[in-house]
Amino acid sequence: MAEPITPPPLSADTMVLNVGPQHPSTHGVLRLILEIEGESILRATPDVGFLHTGIEKNAEKLFYSQVIPLTDRIDYLAPLSNNLVYCLAVEKLLALEPPARAQWLRVLLTELTRINNHLVWLGTTALEIGAMTVFLYCFREREEILKIFEMCSGQRMMSSYFRVGGLALEPPLDFYSRVDTNLKTLPGRFDEYEDLLTENRIWLARTCGVGVLSADDAIAWGITGPNLRASGFASDLRRDEPYSSYDKFDFVVPTRPEGDVYARYVVRMEEMRQSVRIARQALDGLPEGPIRADAPGIVLPEREKMKSEMEALIYHFKIVTDGFAPPPGDVYVAVESPKGELGCYLVSDGGPRPWRMRWRPPSLINVQLLAKLLPGHLIADAIAIVASVDFVLGEVDR
Amino acid sequence: MPATLPAELAGRPEVRKLREFNPGAVLGATDFRGQLALTIAPALLRDICDVLRRDPELSYDFLTDITAVDRYPVEPRFEVVYQLRSMKTRQRLRLKAPLPGDDPRIDSLVGLWPGADVLECEVYDLFGVRFTGHPNLRRLLMPDDWEGHPLRKDYPMEGPR
Repeated sequence: MAEPITPPPLSADTMVLNVGPQHPSTHGVLRLILEIEGESILRATPDVGFLHTGIEKNAEKLFYSQVIPLTDRIDYLAPLSNNLVYCLAVEKLLALEPPARAQWLRVLLTELTRINNHLVWLGTTALEIGAMTVFLYCFREREEILKIFEMCSGQRMMSSYFRVGGLALEPPLDFYSRVDTNLKTLPGRFDEYEDLLTENRIWLARTCGVGVLSADDAIAWGITGPNLRASGFASDLRRDEPYSSYDKFDFVVPTRPEGDVYARYVVRMEEMRQSVRIARQALDGLPEGPIRADAPGIVLPEREKMKSEMEALIYHFKIVTDGFAPPPGDVYVAVESPKGELGCYLVSDGGPRPWRMRWRPPSLINVQLLAKLLPGHLIADAIAIVASVDFVLGEVDR
Repeated sequence: MPATLPAELAGRPEVRKLREFNPGAVLGATDFRGQLALTIAPALLRDICDVLRRDPELSYDFLTDITAVDRYPVEPRFEVVYQLRSMKTRQRLRLKAPLPGDDPRIDSLVGLWPGADVLECEVYDLFGVRFTGHPNLRRLLMPDDWEGHPLRKDYPMEGPR
């Protein structure tokens, strides 16, 4: 059982070092208050809130469907995972099931999102440890994935592509060939990164045995996702509580027993390969059919129908002007986002706007872990550890 | 005085075991869309979580999230919501602790789960619920000298406070 942090006794030799909120190695406006003695860290306190934009408050004045674009801006490296958890939560409130084709396309796109997120993670982590090349390679591949998002949603990053009950629109025809090419190239690229890093002596020296987290501590601190799996605990919501047809896909949940920075790297590399595998299955087995559920009054009618059917026109008008009202109740829905368990807790009072939307941000929990991991390490190792836990300040502060 | 629950909910192992521990622990229970939520006596929160965590059959050993809901102007106004998960059985359970609008206070869970630290700070920051026994309850997202708690329903969405 892990103990809560207690301040260590301080000697007269200690110094307080502020890292951030502008320091480039902090991925954004994170402020780390380090108490150091020489080069050793005695205590670390993450100070967050510089990017707080009140998204949870804003959601309370919007219709359910209007909240979707806000969710993109929370974790801007994994916008489609955010869209997904929010749409699943509203669908759970409504007891609405999107059609199979929409579910499979959601799986395909959220797996590409995972690769996108892990590429940025790998690139920036390598950059901070001093490997510039990997950073440039990762961003090259990431751009190809962003082009896929742009093809289907019109936006590279703030895609807002999922809707309550399905998807915004059918992807264009050349989308599939593009995804196919991409999925064929990616595994070779991953090999390139591994050639550069996995057995690189500098990389090993900087990451092995650094920032070790035990599985018990990880659970006590609420850690989920790749960080938990790198501590040897095989937990993955895609497998344990399948949502959006994940139970129909065949994949492995990679784990490593060490719990150090290197283990987090290896787990994420393997996850990218598994994501390619899942995306490939989704692409090859994509079912035919509609991409939106048949739920008049909740899901917007097709444009063509509005020109010929009066009901469709009325529903369109009603949804846009009045929204839709789920029954009173509350649901908590969680998905496996690239950073861990991303949860959305929605409370409905029976009105067209959420009474309360709570975002369970894995990034905030990961940042909190720094207070546990950093003490006892050198400042140089702190940079590697901060990079390895993976967070996005937009999601930390919301 | 234990509240009467429908037989289906009263028979759930979570409810049964908590009532064995203390007949007044569970004030209410709902099962909405297959998700079990228990309204509990706020004064017993820490012990309830300890029972749920230690019980070998239930083993709710993972604290996923802490948040709050403001039911303004209804009393009891606040509901502190705890999302628990069992890493063993993969079940989830939601606990709701009703608190009055006037000086809402509840026990801190930092002693059970160190990860509760920032979650409780966030609830304090945005709702003004105080967690007794928290080692360092502070504003998390808002500036330290901020007045008011933005996620309260009587805090205006825009314009002057």
